[in-house]
Amino acid sequence: MKKVARGSLLGIEHLEAAEILKLLQLARRMNPQRPRALLKGKRVVLLFYEPSTRTRSSFEIAAKSMGAMTTLVQSSGSSIEKGESLLDTGYTLRAVGADIIVIRHPLAGAPHLMAQHLDIPVVNAGDGMHEHPSQALLDAYTILKHKKTLKGLHVSIVGDIYHSRVARSACHLLTKFGAKITLCGPPEFVPEVAATLAPGLNVTRHIEEALRGADVITLLRVQKERLSGMKLRLDDYIARYQMTMHRLKIAKRDAIVMHPGPIIRGLELTGEVADCPQSVIVDEVRNGVPTRMAILARAGRSRV
Amino acid sequence: MLETRAYSLIPKMGEKSKPTSLLIRGGHVIDPAARIDAPMDIMLRDGRVTEVAPPNKIRGGAEEKFDARGLIVAPGFIDLHVHLREPGQTYKETIASGTAAAAAGGFTSVCCMPNTTPTIDSQEWVNWLRQPERGAVVNVFPVAAATHASKGAVLTDFRGLQRAGAVAVTDDGRPILDNDIMRECLRLSGELSFPVVQHAEDTRLTENCPMNDGPTSFRLGLRGWKTSAEASIVDRDVQLAQQIPNARLHVAHLSAADSLKAVRRGKRSRARVTCEVTPHHFTLTDEAVDDYDANCKMNPPLRSAADIESLVVALGDGTVDAIATDHAPHASHEKQLEFERAAFGITGLETALGLAITRLHREHKIPLARIVELFTEGPARVFELRGRGSLARGSHADVTIFDPKKRWTFDVSKSRSLSRNSPFDGWQLTGRVIATIVGGRLVYRGE
Repeated sequence: MKKVARGSLLGIEHLEAAEILKLLQLARRMNPQRPRALLKGKRVVLLFYEPSTRTRSSFEIAAKSMGAMTTLVQSSGSSIEKGESLLDTGYTLRAVGADIIVIRHPLAGAPHLMAQHLDIPVVNAGDGMHEHPSQALLDAYTILKHKKTLKGLHVSIVGDIYHSRVARSACHLLTKFGAKITLCGPPEFVPEVAATLAPGLNVTRHIEEALRGADVITLLRVQKERLSGMKLRLDDYIARYQMTMHRLKIAKRDAIVMHPGPIIRGLELTGEVADCPQSVIVDEVRNGVPTRMAILARAGRSRV
Repeated sequence: MLETRAYSLIPKMGEKSKPTSLLIRGGHVIDPAARIDAPMDIMLRDGRVTEVAPPNKIRGGAEEKFDARGLIVAPGFIDLHVHLREPGQTYKETIASGTAAAAAGGFTSVCCMPNTTPTIDSQEWVNWLRQPERGAVVNVFPVAAATHASKGAVLTDFRGLQRAGAVAVTDDGRPILDNDIMRECLRLSGELSFPVVQHAEDTRLTENCPMNDGPTSFRLGLRGWKTSAEASIVDRDVQLAQQIPNARLHVAHLSAADSLKAVRRGKRSRARVTCEVTPHHFTLTDEAVDDYDANCKMNPPLRSAADIESLVVALGDGTVDAIATDHAPHASHEKQLEFERAAFGITGLETALGLAITRLHREHKIPLARIVELFTEGPARVFELRGRGSLARGSHADVTIFDPKKRWTFDVSKSRSLSRNSPFDGWQLTGRVIATIVGGRLVYRGE
């Protein structure tokens, strides 16, 4: 691994469990209603090469509430449209005074490339199919509001694991703390190789098997256009993998239902599941703010 | 300083080359083609090997003498697969810089690929490549395009290209996918004894796949290039070669264990099927991509440890005919990009021998003579380069002298290539080129 500025958050995979715990503890101390000005005078650039609602707005609110100045740079309407390379964009943002760059990019590894060439912290807000570390952290934060510990927890992740950066980050994070994870979906979405991602991962094609004894159920968005590229029909997917109230009963009584959003009601889950008391989908979004405050505070205080 | 020494014996442009003679004394000659593996002296005169004899038996003086005590003296190395980037991409490499790198790597002959700008698909461009103005310091054998602009649709004039000096045809960088086009290429190759070099990749299966399919690609969130996309094309091509009389099929940069099956089947059936393997494919696995290192991005991609194991067996047992570098220089701005956008390919001329000795000889115990064969007799036979790949009397005076025990560290900043895209920067290697002689003239002198 090449050296990157301290405070960078590129992925969960290479983070130590202790480091993750520190971030979660810091997030718990963050109060979005009464924030401390930990980033006073800092300039946070939100560099978004992909559309985003939740991640972008919660990073922005997190930064601003701690006194930072934020600038949003998007691929359209910037020099990126004129063909400026990722690194040149990074050098430019550094030159105008960025202290932290939060980057969302459709290509895996883009934040790593930028971090390897810049002397300021780079925070990965999602890179291609690779990682989405802030989502994994806010999900762990959310789980810990409902469960005492991650150790021994049965977590089922259902849906399009292959294309999901959320799933990859979640697998890395939860297995570091001894959770048992079952990945569930058709082979096109959950190839056998997925089990090699982290120790203690299981793969199953049957949702009933995935749900039996589950403490946490994470559903992933299924993109219709991806289904059409495969031999799987939409109604087949719904019949075999959609989360319904009936299926939810297979899981533990106190199981929680999670989803990184955006949700498609009637596809990966029914509207009843999305709105049921066991669903913590809206909490996840809410918890994104203190979690991202913690991530930015960590980045802001440790400039090299 | 090394540069001036390296070039001092090359005649200046327009200067008529004087008759020369060079006696290489005291070395250990390994020449698999002539079945020599013994201490021998060698006399080179007027561009040819004139005498090979046991130590101190050669009578008659020489204008120059080379003391090769403690060194291996081998036929000049031949690289079947390099990208010299001329014409049109001289910011990556030129024929002069690429052949200087070749000389430093012990190669006295390189076969350059036609995917330049424009594509080498005409006799005029083949002639152009071979003109002395290009400043080549080693022999350059052009491989021409198999189809116009390598678009895979209309065949080029194989006969004319061969007459102009091309040694083979290929659409390298792209495969020849269409069955009928490939069949026609192989038919002509049989008629003319003119090899067709196939870049075996079913591009219908590898779109947006920047690395090998496996645990590493899954972990990094990159789409995986499956070995079956290579093996299926090799399989089809071998089947075609078996059906067409005298067809000459050469599989470029074979990377996957699965592809070896078809090659072995072809060889057993006496079809004229050959293949090459690159040093990076027998050295690195796809895990080297690690945190998106674009210097580990090439096509075909780095494969698994199991693939390396199979390649090493095939290199040892004769299934593989040659080690070829697929030297593919790129400018830094083409590599310092998001992994999926970065250019495919790495430089390889200067590290090939060191990697072969370090990995194949020292680690996997493949005999030195077999490694020399893979750099000399093997490739000479693949492209039928007459009078090369051997030191038999009458051969071209192309000689590579190396120290198989010398440890050294590759420093990419000192590379003679114009580009720096090597994953082997800082690697400690065993086996170093000491001198490279082309046509009887010293073109490179190492330490």
